[in-house]
Formats: sequence, structure tokens, C-alpha cells
Amino acid sequence: MIEYKDVVKEYPNNTLASDHISLKINDGEFVYVVGPSGAGKSTFIKMMYHEEVPTSGHIQVNDHSLEKMKNSEVPRLRRELGIVFQDFKLLPRLTVFENVAYALQVIEKTPAEVKERVDRVLTLVGLEDKKDNFPDELSGGEQQRVAIARAIANKPSILIADEPTGNLDPETARGIMDILEKINQEKTTVVMATHNSFIVNEYKHRVIEIADGKIIRDQEEGDYIDESSNA
Amino acid sequence: MKAVTLKRHLTESFKSLKRNGWMSVAAVSAVTVTLLLVGVLLSILMNINKVAHDIENDVQVRVVIDRGTTKEQKAQLKSELSKISGVKKVTYSSRQNELDNVIGVYGKDFQLFQGDQNPLYDVYVVDTTSPEKTVSVAKKAKTLKYVYDAKYGGASAKKLFKIVASIQRWGFVISLLLLFVAVFLISNTIRITILSRENEIAIMRLVGATNSYIRWPFILEGAWTGLLGAILPILLVDIAYYWAYGVLTSALASTNYHLLTPATFLWQIDLLLAVIGIVIGALGSGLSMRRFLKI
Repeated sequence: MIEYKDVVKEYPNNTLASDHISLKINDGEFVYVVGPSGAGKSTFIKMMYHEEVPTSGHIQVNDHSLEKMKNSEVPRLRRELGIVFQDFKLLPRLTVFENVAYALQVIEKTPAEVKERVDRVLTLVGLEDKKDNFPDELSGGEQQRVAIARAIANKPSILIADEPTGNLDPETARGIMDILEKINQEKTTVVMATHNSFIVNEYKHRVIEIADGKIIRDQEEGDYIDESSNA
Repeated sequence: MKAVTLKRHLTESFKSLKRNGWMSVAAVSAVTVTLLLVGVLLSILMNINKVAHDIENDVQVRVVIDRGTTKEQKAQLKSELSKISGVKKVTYSSRQNELDNVIGVYGKDFQLFQGDQNPLYDVYVVDTTSPEKTVSVAKKAKTLKYVYDAKYGGASAKKLFKIVASIQRWGFVISLLLLFVAVFLISNTIRITILSRENEIAIMRLVGATNSYIRWPFILEGAWTGLLGAILPILLVDIAYYWAYGVLTSALASTNYHLLTPATFLWQIDLLLAVIGIVIGALGSGLSMRRFLKI
């Protein structure tokens, strides 16, 4: 469960990236966060995993109140979340298997647990044959699937994806969406920031549109026309 | 911490040390120079301290008795000595006893002087109530009959204490400055390591690794840097101290003052240097981590 109550985020340069935003995302939902670049999508997403802290207001993610969270408590929050980025953020000197395993090792899972889970998530994203390859031997879509595998390896209750298809061609993007759909069907909440209108219109879900730091639309089964690009 | 985690941290810290090649060498050299200076300073300071302490506790006046003084005259002298203000205790030490002491301290060569060959005098060892009293007691004792001479050690103390105090103060300040520089150099070196692994740290934070988990490999790397940097200073200080001890001990042979003996002193200073190296290394890298962990 994610809940924003009257959330304001003002950056030191006086940019108002979040202007009294309130909303609730229930468990198991699939939500698009759309809007042009600079609208405040990224800030909205980053506050969800405590990379940015609101200037005022209340943010609740599962059992955590983020606005008064201590730095030492952040790791516990992050372990309940999976996070995927536009640029994948894989470690180039580690293999596919090691990249996924890494996320489990740093939270001190036992080697047996690590192996079992990595194999399972790599199968889920369809990369069990490529586990010994290095990231630069994979296509963009495959790299993003590794990143997704890493994000869900620890069975998060919420998957946060910031422009996961931004660097991919439409066909590959559909492949990624199919995986996110599959993850969502297993009761994981998915929050995905995008300005990829064909995705939003093809895979129908709740759409939250942000402009100038405000929610200007919150619609079940919504659509999206991106005026800033033709993607 | 789980064993598998500890193992991972250790491997990672060694790998990183190797990966940074010349930067690691630079950091180790910085520690080496610092610890060498600190080691030399510390050796000097601690010995000055020791000698100062020896001098401070030297509350004895040695009243040398004229040859040919009879037993009765000695008894009379003793009672007169006891009456001087500031005198706590008067102990008799025969010339034979004095010679035995010399043999005890400086070796069997002095057995040549046994019996009539003994060049030493009978002595009253006068303990004073405080180091400052030694001067007046010695002065008074010299005026008494049957007294050949009265010698004291603590008199030079006052002036010396002033010098010692300022040496200690400056030595301490200089050591602190040096250590500060070393911490700065190490933290800069480790910062470069961290920059090359910024991506990795960002990912660790995103998947929920605790700050202490992220910090450990870097702190260990800093500790190794410090420990490696301590090796050369330890060796050099040891060698130099053995040499200096040999030279200075013969120079101090005629006094009551002694340097710290190498056997006990050196392992203390070696241990201290190693610990300082490890601590400044770990501290340096720990400090440079702060920015990346948003503490």
C-alpha cells in the first residue's frame, strides 16, 4: 500500500516538484505515472523509495512513514521494494547470474537461498540460458530483463519502474511489459513512470498524470497522449 | 556478521587495494612517512618522560663521608643529618656495599677494585621529603664535619621539567598534525576508489544493503593501507632505537637515569604504530564514505 497525503517537495532552487499531491495505491494495483519531462514524475517516484524526502506532507509505504524515516531504517524499506531504471544499472564486470545474486548477497542471504532464487527469477524473465553472459553481450531488452529479475529477486511487495521501456524499441518494450504484467498477476504492486503512450494505451491500467508537480488526472483504465514526443 | 559476509568483505577489500595500484602505493607511502615521524617523536618523548620521571623521583642526597672517620663520628654525623629539615631517612652504605652496587649495575670488571683497591667512600644516603628539598639538604650537609661531599640529582630537575613540558607539548601537536595529514591523504585515496565503484554503491543502497554493509570493504581497505604503511616505520624505529640505546646508555652510565629498555619498549611502540596505522586508515576511508551514504 502506498499513500501520499498533501505531499510537497520543494528543491533548494525553488522548483516545486510536488505541489500538495495526495493519492492512494492499493496492494496489487498496476499504476502508470505519466507526464512530460520535468513534470515531477521522477520526484514522485523517488520519494516512494526515500531517495528524495518530502518538504512537508505524509508518505506511507507499507508499514513505513517515509517523511520521518531515519537513514538507518531506509534499507528495511528498500528490501520491500524492487526498483528498475531506464538505464538498467547493471554491474558490467559481473555476469547475469552474479548481477542478480549480488542484490541478494548484500542483504546477507545464504548462498543456497541465493542460488535458488536467482534461478527462479531468471526463468521467470526467460534468461536462464544467458546466466553466464556479461551485460554487454546482451541486447537492451535482455539487460532490462536482468534488471527486473534483480528487482524481484527478493520478492518485493512493490515494484517501482522508472521509464523501464524508455531505451527500448516497441517490440522489446512489449516483451518487458509482458513480464511486468506477469509480476503484477502474482500480486505485486507495480508503479511505472513512463511517457510511452502506446504502452499505456495498449496495456490498460490506472493512469496518474502529473504536470507542474500536480496530479491533473487519475483515471482507471486510462489512456495517454504524449504531446512532447511521438513515442 | 555472517562468515560468508565477512569473507566477501575481505576479498572485496583486497581486490580493491590491488585494483587501485599506484593510488594504494601513494596512500601507503603517506602512512609510512607519517608513522615514521610519529614513531621517532614518540620514542624521544617517551624516553624524555622516563628520564624526567627518574629525575623527579631522585629525592636522594648522597653524603660522602671523609676517609678515616670513626664509628662514633659517623654516628654523630648521622644524628646531625637527621636533624636537617626536610630529611626523611638516613641510610648508611659502606664502601664495600657501594662497590657491590657498581658491580651489580656495570659488570664484573669492577671486581678488580675489591678490598683495599676499592676507590669508593662510605656514604650516607639521605632521603628527602620532596625533590625540591634536595638542594637545601645537600647545602647544609656540606657544612657538617666529616663530610667530604654531598651530591644530589634532583636539583637540575626544575629547569629540565620546563624544557620537557614544552617538548612534550610540541611533540604532541606535531604528531597530531601529522596524523591529521595522513587521515586526509588516505581519505582522498579511498575517495577515488569509491568514485570508481559509485554505481555499485548506488545499487547496493537500492536493493537495501545497510550502510555498515556497504562501508565495511572500504574500511578494511583503509585498515590494510594503514597496516602496510606501518611496516617500514616499525622496522626503522626498531633498528634506530637499538643503535641509539647503545650510544646513549654508555653516555648516561654515570647517572641514576636510564632509557627505556628496547626489549620492553619496542614491542609497545611497534604495536602502537600498527594500531595508529590501522586506525587512521580505517578512519580516513570511513570519513570519505559519508558523502556516498548520505549520513
